[in-house]
Formats: sequence, structure tokens, C-alpha cells
Amino acid sequence: MNLTLYVWRQKNAQDKGHMETYEARDVSPHMSFLEMLDVVNEQLLLDGKEPIAFDHDCREGICGMCSMTINGIPHGPEKGTTVCQLHMRHFHDGDKIYIEPWRARAFPVVKDLIVDRTAFDRIMQAGGFISVNTGGTPDANTIPISKKAADTAMDAAACIGCGACVAACKNASAMLFVSAKVSHLVNLPQGKIEAAERVRKMVAQMDKEGFGNCTNYDECEAVCPKEIPVKFIAQMNREFLKAKFKK
Amino acid sequence: MSSTQVSSTPVQVAAPSNTLTTSIGRKVFMAITGFLLFGWLVGHMIGNLQIFLGQDKLNAYALTLKHLASVIWIVRIVMLAVISIHVFYGITLWLRNRASRPVKYVKEATVQATLASRTMIWTGLGLFLFIVYHLLHYTFIVTNPQYADLHDSLGRHDVYSMVILGFQNYLISIVYIVAMFCLSYHLSHALASFLQTLGWNKTEVQPLIKKIGYTVATLMFLGFSSIPIAVLLGIVTLPGGGH
Ligand code: HEM
Ligand code: FES
Repeated sequence: MNLTLYVWRQKNAQDKGHMETYEARDVSPHMSFLEMLDVVNEQLLLDGKEPIAFDHDCREGICGMCSMTINGIPHGPEKGTTVCQLHMRHFHDGDKIYIEPWRARAFPVVKDLIVDRTAFDRIMQAGGFISVNTGGTPDANTIPISKKAADTAMDAAACIGCGACVAACKNASAMLFVSAKVSHLVNLPQGKIEAAERVRKMVAQMDKEGFGNCTNYDECEAVCPKEIPVKFIAQMNREFLKAKFKK
Repeated sequence: MSSTQVSSTPVQVAAPSNTLTTSIGRKVFMAITGFLLFGWLVGHMIGNLQIFLGQDKLNAYALTLKHLASVIWIVRIVMLAVISIHVFYGITLWLRNRASRPVKYVKEATVQATLASRTMIWTGLGLFLFIVYHLLHYTFIVTNPQYADLHDSLGRHDVYSMVILGFQNYLISIVYIVAMFCLSYHLSHALASFLQTLGWNKTEVQPLIKKIGYTVATLMFLGFSSIPIAVLLGIVTLPGGGH
């Protein structure tokens, strides 16, 4: 199939950036979206032009590196799919495809489709951990955890930190990401000890980074490649309120 | 996770704020004040619907409220504070949210966010303007001062006739009906949203909550709008039968 691509090109953080048009010829429906871009890039290199820069790593849908907004939807039109796992069979001959970076004040563009997501790292450093003493490996199952709690924590832990929730939110809010991290830890006994401090610090850091605020559009859960539900945002709100009353 | 750049500068971690000035704190204020406004409006609507019971009932109700003057003034002051907080945070949050995405997408798409959720600030501001007009119209009787001289046979202020005279004006009725549409549209998102904000969401019951929210929002529209509509259709008429 042949496609017309409109791709965001931006030399560096200072550059203003603009959309550029490319024709992608003879695209196989078996290619992934990133492989399609690889082929476009090879042609650009042959033509002596700068290839399109984009983030990627595992290409298996588990690392959270790949990040691009396709026709306005982060990770593209397929539900529960990262862009590295999105296949060209979901597109049609003659399609016009807009490819843009994540858009958020807290995620400045580094180059083309690559954005700086260290804001997420700083939120994690603010409280997304549990404190444990070093030493021998603890015995398994010394702390009983109910199946329900373990399942809920696992559902939240599915977050790969890609930032699609921010990119999709009309307010560029990071609440789905932060809530997934909060819920992942607080549903487990090991995470309960620092629960109040954690949610306070992570929310403060989230605000400081310049993310927007949740107004319950639910766009985040619709694009999340791991289909993290917004009920975790409610849990974070609950934990936040509990933490307020604790002091 | 994150980008190709590794920063060597030490991480600046924000000091946790201990007041309700955080993003979530402000939203909690929005939710609580919004719910109080909603609760107040349910009471207001039930009171208003007594117009269908006739002139005597409505005017007696209005007089009872008047005799509760001190209570009424406390309620008014509380509601003024409540709406001020709701409007102030509504506008500041909206501004902050807009600033969070300085560069817009060239190709914008929406997967599941409802139009109601995306227009909260506009239905809200519409309501605010309406509330100002409504208070000048019926509460403080500034826009149509002739209403102040209306009295029934028992010498009570004739609220019944005042309402009917007001709504016999098509333009005024349309303003009220449009405002009530704004209200129910605002509530259609808000009634499920405020529970989520206050930390209550169970994936299984969420569809039911949303349905209840839509139903209540629709009932609010029908309840309030039935009055101007009934007046325009001549179902509710002036005591003398006048038009
Ligand atoms: C008088 C009737 C009003 C009622 C009953 C009402 C009720 C509510 C409720 C219950 C919420 C949900 C809060 C949440 O999502 O947690 C809400 C949200 C909102 N209201 Fe109102 N409101 C009213 C008037 C206004 C006015 C006058 C404004 C003007 C600025 C306004 C602006 C907003 C905005 C922007 C939101 C969205 C906030 C968010 O989702 O974060 N509302 N309202
Ligand atoms: S490249 Fe790892 S998730 Fe897509």
C-alpha cells in the first residue's frame, strides 16, 4: 500500500518545528508501524536527508519507549497496543497519516518525535518506591497478601510509563500514570507503611512538573496500551485525602 | 522509560504541600462545592414546582421563606461562598490545564471524552451569567421593578403572578430554558465525575452511576423548564385568567 505521512520535524528543543510530508511506497501490511518508519528513514538516508528521529527500544510492547501520536491518538488507533506493536494492516492504501510527538509542557520535544520524559522519573524519585533494609532475600510468602490485593496491584503495575495518558489527556494530566504507581504500591502491605508520604510527595512533584489536572475525560484509559482503568485515579484521590486527614 | 538524555544535575524534588492547594485538593473543592450547589438546586426546584399547586400555595411558601429571614441570609452567604469557590477554582484549573499543552496537536482527536466533559467551563460560565441575571430578575427584582408591587388578596407578595408575568415574555423564557439546558449538560458530566474526584469508583458500577447521573440531569432540566413552558403554553395562568 502507499501512504502519505505528515510528520513533525524539529531539529532540537529550540527549533520551532513544522510538519513535513513524505510518501511511503509499497508498505507491507505485515510491517509494524515502526518498521514502516524504518523503511522511510532508509530512503531519506539514501536521499542524503536527515532521518526521522523517534524513540523505541524493545519493540515488544513492554518497555514504554515508543511514543508517537498517530492521527491524534497516542500509539495509534488500535486499543491496548503500543505503536511498536501496531501493524500496518490496520491502515489502508491511500491513507493520510499524521505523526506527532507527545504534546505536553512537561514533555518538551528533544528532536522530531522524541520527547523528554524525565518528569516521570522525578515523580518516581519523589515517592514511587518502598524502603527496605538490605540483607538476605526475605522468605517468600512471609507476608500474606490476599488474591484480590495482589491482582489489583498487578493491574496497576502493568503501567510501562510510556506517557500516552499525558499525550491523550486534553489537560496533559499525568494522573493515570501517577495513580498507577500509587495504587501498585499501596495495595500491597509493603507499600502501606509510606502510603501517606508517598502520595503527598508524588502529587506535589506531578504539580511541579507542570502537568495539567484531571477533569475525568477518561481519554487516558482509552489510549493506555496496558488498559489501566481510571478507577486507580479515584484510588489515588482517596489516598491523597486520607493522607490529608492523617496529619 | 523516559528519554535518551541522562541528566547529571541532582534531582530537585518538590516539597510536599500540606495545604489543599495541590491539583487534587482544588478538584476536591470543586467536587464538594459543585455537589452543594446541586443539592441546593434540588431543593430550589421542588420549591418552584409548587407553582402547579396554585397561587395560594406558592405565595404561602414564599412568605414562609421570607419569615425565615435570618436562616435565608445564612444560606445565601454560604451559597455565595460556595459558588465563588467553585467558579474561582473552575477558572484557575481551566487556565492551568490549557497552559499544560502550549503546543497543540496539528491533528486533534477524541476517543471517548464526552462533549459535556469538554465544555464544562462554557456551560459553567453560562450558568454564572444566568445566575446573576436570575437574581436581578426575580430575587432582587431589579430588571423588572414593577414585579415588586404585585400583591395577592391576602396582601402577600404575589410571587405566583410575578413568575407568570416574567415567563409570558418569550425572550425571558428562552433565556431560562437555555440556562437550564446548560445546567443539565454541566450535571450530566459532573454527577459521575464528582464521585470519581472524591475517590469513589468501582469499574463494575460506573456505567450505572453514569446512567443515574444522566437521568438526574434530565429530570433537573424537565423540572425547572416545565415552569416557563407551562406558562408559555397557557397551562399555568394569571389568577384572573389573564395572558
Ligand atoms: C450553579 C450550578 C452549578 C452546579 C450544580 C455545578 C456542579 C458541578 C459539579 C458537581 C462538578 C463536578 C466536580 C468534579 O468533577 O469533581 C462541576 C464541575 C465544574 N464546574 Fe460546576 N457547577 C455549577 C456552576 C458552575 C459555574 C458557575 C462554573 C463557572 C466557572 C462552573 C465550572 C465548572 C467547571 C470548569 C467544572 C469542571 C471541573 C473539573 O472537572 O475539574 N460550574 N460543577
Ligand atoms: S518499543 Fe518498547 S514498548 Fe514499544
